[in-house]
Amino acid sequence: MKFNNDEIKKIAHLARININELEASQVSEKLEGILGLIEQMTKVNTDGIEPMAHALDINQPLRQDKVTEADIRKKSLDLSEETDQSLFIVPRVIE
Amino acid sequence: MEKLSLRELSEGLKARKFSSVELTQFFLDRLEKYNLSINAFISIDKDKSLAMASRSDSIIKEGKQDYLTGVPIAQKDIFCAEGWKTTCGSKMLDNFISPYDATVIRKFNEISAVNLGKTNMDEFAMGSSNETSYYGNVKNPWNIKNVPGGSSGGSAAAVAAMLAPAATATDTGGSIRQPASLCGLTGLKPTYGLVSRYGMIAFASSLDQAGPMCHSAEDCAAMLNVMSGHDSKDSTSIEREKENYLNGIKDPIKGLKIGIPKEFFSEGLDPDVEKIIEQGINEYKKLGAEIVDISLPNNHLSIPVYYVIAPAEASSNLSRYDGVRYGYRTKEYDDLMDMYCKTREEGFGDEVKRRIMIGTYVLSAGYYDAYYLKAQKIRRLISEDFSKAFKKCDVILGPSAPSVAFPIGDKKEDPLKMYMQDVYTISTNLAGLPGLSMPAGLINNLPVGMQLIGNYFSEAKLLNIANVFQMNTDWHRLSPKGFE
Repeated sequence: MKFNNDEIKKIAHLARININELEASQVSEKLEGILGLIEQMTKVNTDGIEPMAHALDINQPLRQDKVTEADIRKKSLDLSEETDQSLFIVPRVIE
Repeated sequence: MEKLSLRELSEGLKARKFSSVELTQFFLDRLEKYNLSINAFISIDKDKSLAMASRSDSIIKEGKQDYLTGVPIAQKDIFCAEGWKTTCGSKMLDNFISPYDATVIRKFNEISAVNLGKTNMDEFAMGSSNETSYYGNVKNPWNIKNVPGGSSGGSAAAVAAMLAPAATATDTGGSIRQPASLCGLTGLKPTYGLVSRYGMIAFASSLDQAGPMCHSAEDCAAMLNVMSGHDSKDSTSIEREKENYLNGIKDPIKGLKIGIPKEFFSEGLDPDVEKIIEQGINEYKKLGAEIVDISLPNNHLSIPVYYVIAPAEASSNLSRYDGVRYGYRTKEYDDLMDMYCKTREEGFGDEVKRRIMIGTYVLSAGYYDAYYLKAQKIRRLISEDFSKAFKKCDVILGPSAPSVAFPIGDKKEDPLKMYMQDVYTISTNLAGLPGLSMPAGLINNLPVGMQLIGNYFSEAKLLNIANVFQMNTDWHRLSPKGFE
């Protein structure tokens, strides 16, 4: 597997990470190495094998939809760079 | 006092030989004296710790003492602790003061153990050497030119240098057992689902599991007694009766069947490490155990499978760091997209970015079946290897890591070399099994860890088997020079 800089930049954009030309070429070499390692999987015959998502194959447990937590709204809002009353502020997205 | 076991500390507090405030102050003084040289802690808050100790003393006076009441415990900085800076080793969370407690933290608070501080770690637990931390690398107390292992390297170095009596840690692919091995400690990664992940900052949710990092198996048992238990706030937490891991810890192990996987003794293992593991096997023979040969034929696939599943889950988990609600936000930006991309460019370190990008790639349109689904299928094959092995033996024994602690900088620029550090530990995470590392010898004054892997929920048995070894050997009692 070989990546050119445009492909690396596309992956970086999907991951919402800025990357410049120099970094893209440095990253591509490392990613190619890691994907080379991953490619070992292709040799394995997995016909008829069920994928395993969880070690113990448990079911999704359900609980009552009840308020159990203390109100930490202020503490939570204080963690943001910019808030207004009870809202987190981001750059305008709708004109 | 720094060499006392958790049992001895507990008994000393009960008998009022020393108070929790005195004990906490003693370790805070040690932190002040030695932490600069090994960089094991990210956050220390003397006032908070001493206030907790003072409360513990009142509880002890009232006679309501639990085993670890008043004992100072170092907490890995992956656990959210209310009012404490909780960074996960990342610039992204450098300004994050947690508004709530992780379940693990809450459990320690409920029995009035003292939070001694938050330990350094690889950024978002991604690393095997503690060189990816935003707060600088941790140094191995046995030789400060070497790495302590990772990702729980701060917890390992803190306990090894006797700056804390015990510490919490987490293990996604070996992050408890490999640093325990490199720092001469006993560390246990429990069965997936035994310890709640609520408030433990997520890396790869189907693999992450918290556990203790201590001087001995007995200490680990006392810590696991606090940490384990069902939690409705973690949907993967297992509902089962709580055990007392100190019960039966001294039981004889005569007739125990120990399986030796031939794949753990092949190419890549340092021959000197192999010799020490063989001595460990002989010790178990003397103690009455029976040795059987087993095979884990798909173990070599655990690293490739892990480097699909863990980055895939990480890329999803770490998408929450967008600069909007908490954490780092870039200073200048044009629009929302620009804010996201710059925030994540500046807030994450190189290894974290690499893994997010690998995860993004393997989950992207057209590649899901070839990578993620394939990896999940092989994960089942790896898991089935263990099921077959446990039909022939009670426990599996091998090395914890392929070598002793290596020099800082040695593997930093070569991710593939670094990833091989976890070649004996990752398969147990994929299968969800418990694994323990304990000291079994020294090479050039650097510790070697021996690993025990058990069947699901066999923690009590693993701790018993390790404790019997430690009742008959002294490797776990050795400590590095220069920290007396």
